Amino acid sequence: MVYLTRKAEFSAAHYYHNPEFTADENARIFGKCNNPNGHGHNYTLEVTVKGTVDPKSGFVVDLKKLKDIMNREVLDVLDHRFLNKEVPEFFTRIPTTENIAIAIWQRLAPKLKMAELHRVRVYETSDLFVDFYGEA
Amino acid sequence: MKAHLTRRYMFSASHRLHSDEMSEEQNRSVYGKCNNPYGHGHNYMVEITVSGRVDERTGMVCNLVDLDGFVQQHVLERYDHQNLNLIQEFTEQVPTTENLCIAIYEIVQRGFGKAHLEKVRIEETMMNSFEYVGEA
Repeated sequence: MVYLTRKAEFSAAHYYHNPEFTADENARIFGKCNNPNGHGHNYTLEVTVKGTVDPKSGFVVDLKKLKDIMNREVLDVLDHRFLNKEVPEFFTRIPTTENIAIAIWQRLAPKLKMAELHRVRVYETSDLFVDFYGEA
Repeated sequence: MKAHLTRRYMFSASHRLHSDEMSEEQNRSVYGKCNNPYGHGHNYMVEITVSGRVDERTGMVCNLVDLDGFVQQHVLERYDHQNLNLIQEFTEQVPTTENLCIAIYEIVQRGFGKAHLEKVRIEETMMNSFEYVGEA
C-alpha cells in the first residue's frame, strides 16, 4: 500500500452563526468569527489517497486525473466563494474547518474510482488544520 | 462524524542535556554540544491534535478558544522563556524533546476535558521532530 498526497489552495469567505442560538450565544461561542459580513482565509487542502502501485504505470493514481477531480469537485466550487451563501452544504451546516474537511471528503469520495480516499486535511491557517478520515 | 483537529503553538526555552547518572565524560560523549554547561535554547513548535465528534450545533470538535486558553495557561506559561532544567518535571529527568513531549501530553491529558487528546508533536528545530501518542 502506498499513500499519495496532492496539495491545492483555495481562498474563501465565511462566518460562523447558528440561527438556533441567541445573538448572545452566537457572539460568545463564535467570537470574531460571528461577524455576519464574513472574513476570509487562504485554505490549503491536502488530499491523500492510498492504493497499490500499478505494475504497468508505476502509479498509485494518475495525478492528472486526481488533480482534475479535485479542481472540478472542490476548487471550482469553493475557490473565491462566500461559503455560507454560495456552497449548498453550508446553507445548513456551519463552515468550520471541520465541516469543510467533511464536505470535501463527501464530494471527492464517490468520484475517486482509481484509488481509495484516505485523508482530507484542510489548513485554515498555518497553525490550524483538521484531518478527516471518513469516520462516522 | 469524527474529525481530528491540530493546533500549532510556539514557545522558546533553554535547556542543557546532562544526566547525573553518567560521568562528565559520558555526558559529553552522549549529549555533545547539548551538554555545554551553560545551556542553550530553541524555538519549540508544539502541535496538539485532539479528536471527537463534530458538534452539529457548532460545527466544531471543540472550541478553539477553550483549547488555546488551556494550552496558554498550562503549557506556554509554564515553559515559555524558561530554563527547562529548573522546572519541576525536569529536575530529575533530562529535558530532551522526547521527555518534553511526554510532559506536555500528560498536562493536556490530565487537564483538558473538552476533546480526546490524540497526539503531541514537537519540532525542536526544522530538522527534528518528536511525537507522543500515549502508551498503548
